[in-house]
Amino acid sequence: MPDADHRIYLLAGAALFAIGFYSLLVQAHLLRRIMALNVMGSGVFLFYIALAAQTPGPIPDPVPHAMVLTGILVSVCATGLALALADRVQASTGRVELEEDEDAADPSDATPVASDERKEKPSA
Amino acid sequence: MTSAWAIALLILSPLAAAALAFAVPKRGRGLAFGTAVVVGAAIVQLTRAVLAGGVQTHRVGGWGAPLGIDLRADGLALLMLMVTAGIGTAISLYAQGYFRSGHDDDAPHRERYFWPLFLFLWTALNALFLSADIFNLYVTLELLGFAAVTLVALEGQRAALTAAMRYLFVSLSASLFYLLGVGLVYGQCATVDLASLAVKAEPGPTLWVALALMTGGLIAKAALFPMHFWLPPAHANAPAPVSAVLSALVVKGSFYILLRLWFEAFPALMTPGVAQLFGGLGAAAILWGSVQALLQPRLKLLIAYSTVAQIGYLFLLFPLAAEREGGFVGWSGGLVFLGAHACAKTAMFLTAGNILHAAGHDRIKDLDGITQSLPISACAFGLAGLSLVGLPPSGGFAGKWLLLNSALAQGQWWWVAVILIGSLLAAGYVLRVLTHAFTRVAAPTTPNPIPPVMEWTALTLALLAVGLGFASHWVADLLRVGAPVIGPVLMGGAAP
Repeated sequence: MPDADHRIYLLAGAALFAIGFYSLLVQAHLLRRIMALNVMGSGVFLFYIALAAQTPGPIPDPVPHAMVLTGILVSVCATGLALALADRVQASTGRVELEEDEDAADPSDATPVASDERKEKPSA
Repeated sequence: MTSAWAIALLILSPLAAAALAFAVPKRGRGLAFGTAVVVGAAIVQLTRAVLAGGVQTHRVGGWGAPLGIDLRADGLALLMLMVTAGIGTAISLYAQGYFRSGHDDDAPHRERYFWPLFLFLWTALNALFLSADIFNLYVTLELLGFAAVTLVALEGQRAALTAAMRYLFVSLSASLFYLLGVGLVYGQCATVDLASLAVKAEPGPTLWVALALMTGGLIAKAALFPMHFWLPPAHANAPAPVSAVLSALVVKGSFYILLRLWFEAFPALMTPGVAQLFGGLGAAAILWGSVQALLQPRLKLLIAYSTVAQIGYLFLLFPLAAEREGGFVGWSGGLVFLGAHACAKTAMFLTAGNILHAAGHDRIKDLDGITQSLPISACAFGLAGLSLVGLPPSGGFAGKWLLLNSALAQGQWWWVAVILIGSLLAAGYVLRVLTHAFTRVAAPTTPNPIPPVMEWTALTLALLAVGLGFASHWVADLLRVGAPVIGPVLMGGAAP
């Protein structure tokens, strides 16, 4: 494979990673942020696949392929965990965005139900 | 038991116990104790082998690097395994009391999930410390992150869930930065094995970018200033045994990988500028974290910000151990400090849990008379504070003493100033709690009864943190096996 060919894929992988990271920082909606993480991950995987093609000869290097398979496995688990957690956050706060930092609620000053009412903010 | 078996058991026994604890929730406690026994025996066996025969390597499945996965135990790995086992055993004892006291109807539900997650966390830590290649380190780092995030969410209230969600975002994106760096390294050096990288790595723009990506990710996971923002809410909102294990062990996993990267795989890239940059961030963490700890109204938050500060000390190891010749003083100082901090911080979080369960709150201004109602816990907090401040003969003192020695010997006096100011600030926030605790009240409130095991485990860990000062020579001997830096240890810990 000529050199310029896979360089495009390397750059595309890096670009996907950057786009994903940018979205993770600027988006508030939890689902969008989880998707942003997945875009970042896909960028990394593309990068690895392009690396595997870099080896001379017709057969690509299998080691990055094995790494990507492992990475995809991790990424599936991560997405599952993130979705479950986002669901719990929504069930508990009624919102699909994270609240601004309140370092820690005082567990003694109110029951969870009361603190829910106290801190309810309009989600607009 | 051969060392290959010991290495395998260190990972397989907590993993099997975790899976069983998930399937048979009633047996969670017993499985954790069984794990503690097996892991303890494996560590004893491995320590003997390492002290007698040097670094021990196990090739999983007989494949060997570069195609297979190597597991390796040297002095540093063993120290981390020991600290983990000690803290893990103490947490196992404490947690059985913790989930059965307090006024919380939901506790049995939490305990059901605590044991498997805690054992998974233990598995991930052991696997991380034994990994010998940067890709396997990525996998173990992710396992560690998953277990840690889920444990933070265990409390189930909105503050805990929000903190866990934010922690997950930081953790996952940081891991991807690390993974991209691993890809660049592999593209450049065609290996991910730590030992082979040390031979093959030649400084160049690609490797610099790779290391910048990996280091950036790991710094965020280690909560080094200015990437510490996620730590206080996550650590303060978790149940006490979880906060303890997060502060004592989880953040140190990322620190451990940074040590492996910069000292073992890429020593050629460790320029004085890089070393000073790490030290500078550490110094900023010490000052910022300590001042924030002084300002916190609640005990658990104070302890969490203290962790931000104490992580800073660990990073002073970079400028002080950067020279291969004679760097061993700073190296062993930083790592003795790590062990002492793990014990002291666990003791403090466990104490905070005791106070929370006994008094129903952890507001610092309302802690008056705690020494009358919870004398053992107050004693544990005081002893742990002794080590955090760094007063002799504690492990915190031994660590700081070695760091100071090393700074003075190398003429890097500015770190001396940082260590001393940090100690004064630590004394400030520890005393802030103790002055309230020791204020006698005429009619001490009767606290909710808590199981004695909760108080005694906290006290035992605090005593360990203090006692580590006497063992620092032994720790230094162990650390010498396979250490990337050489030189004499200037001083033992106990005698000033």
